Amino acid sequence: MANKKTPEINSSSTADIAFLLLCYFLMTTTMNQDSGLQRRLPPMPAEDQKVEDQKVNRRNIIVVKINSADRLFAGNEAMDVSQLKDKIKEFLTNPADDPNLPEKKVKEIEGFGAYPVSEGVISLQNDRGTSYQAYIAVQNELVKAINEIRDDFSRANYGKPYASLTEEQQKIVREAVPQKISEAEPKDVSKK
Amino acid sequence: MSKFRKGGKKSTPLASTSSTSDIVFMFLFFFMVTTNLRKTENKVIVKLPEATEVAKLERKDLASYINIGTPTRHLQSQFGTDSRIQLNDSFKTVDDIRDFIASERESKSEADRAFMTVSIRADENTNMGIVTDVKQELRRCSALKIMYAARKAEK
Repeated sequence: MANKKTPEINSSSTADIAFLLLCYFLMTTTMNQDSGLQRRLPPMPAEDQKVEDQKVNRRNIIVVKINSADRLFAGNEAMDVSQLKDKIKEFLTNPADDPNLPEKKVKEIEGFGAYPVSEGVISLQNDRGTSYQAYIAVQNELVKAINEIRDDFSRANYGKPYASLTEEQQKIVREAVPQKISEAEPKDVSKK
Repeated sequence: MSKFRKGGKKSTPLASTSSTSDIVFMFLFFFMVTTNLRKTENKVIVKLPEATEVAKLERKDLASYINIGTPTRHLQSQFGTDSRIQLNDSFKTVDDIRDFIASERESKSEADRAFMTVSIRADENTNMGIVTDVKQELRRCSALKIMYAARKAEK
């Protein structure tokens, strides 16, 4: 009686149980990565503060408008979304130093040296009736234009695309080619 | 007879299956860790717009989500088909965003509050009007880091 061993618990079903749980998690899991276009909103001006007219030279601003019918205007020209990228690139790089395109200010960039940084600002305006899809499409084109300029810059200076630069180099490139997109105060265009 | 063959009629031993459960458990833990169970029930239909230049959100734990879209079909009889804002688990108005942001901020650690990102998940057919209202309210709450959620389009 005394030397009778306790019988071992049959553990062959643990694997089955674990498989069941595994299948459950396999089914419910969503490995979607959150992705999107990141932006920084301008801070709200204090209410008692007067809205100062920011003295930005007219040549330094390109107004990109999307109306309620999702039509696109860039610099008072109606155009298709596919044309926008080249327009923005031309605006921001200003290769021929056109007096109607933004001026460049030589800026001392730490770790790189002096570089003429474009003063251009993209002002994005939309109507309340604009569809979100069109808005994102335009935002995407703007980012694409800036990314391509950054890529050109880093290829010219480092011989590598922007994505494979080190973090410090990326910072320099970001400083040389800033992403200045201003999402304007909403204006009610539909009131008329 | 060699030393190592004692019982001639011994059959080949069965492969030990005791480690299968360990392997499976390892898989299980992997999926348990990577899975993110949906905390809130989606009450609005959100089909994200496509974009090619999307960037990944680095700190998922610091993100708050604002869903904008038409209510799901079984809720349409109650709430109509107009675009609505969903915060956490219920339909809210633009005015509730302030409280929502405040409570979200409260739940993050002090050091991380500056990096909090508000992800605007709006349906592609939403009008910009409601998105603009949300943006203005976010500016008022000084939650300035935002992200327009979008799907990565095939190039």
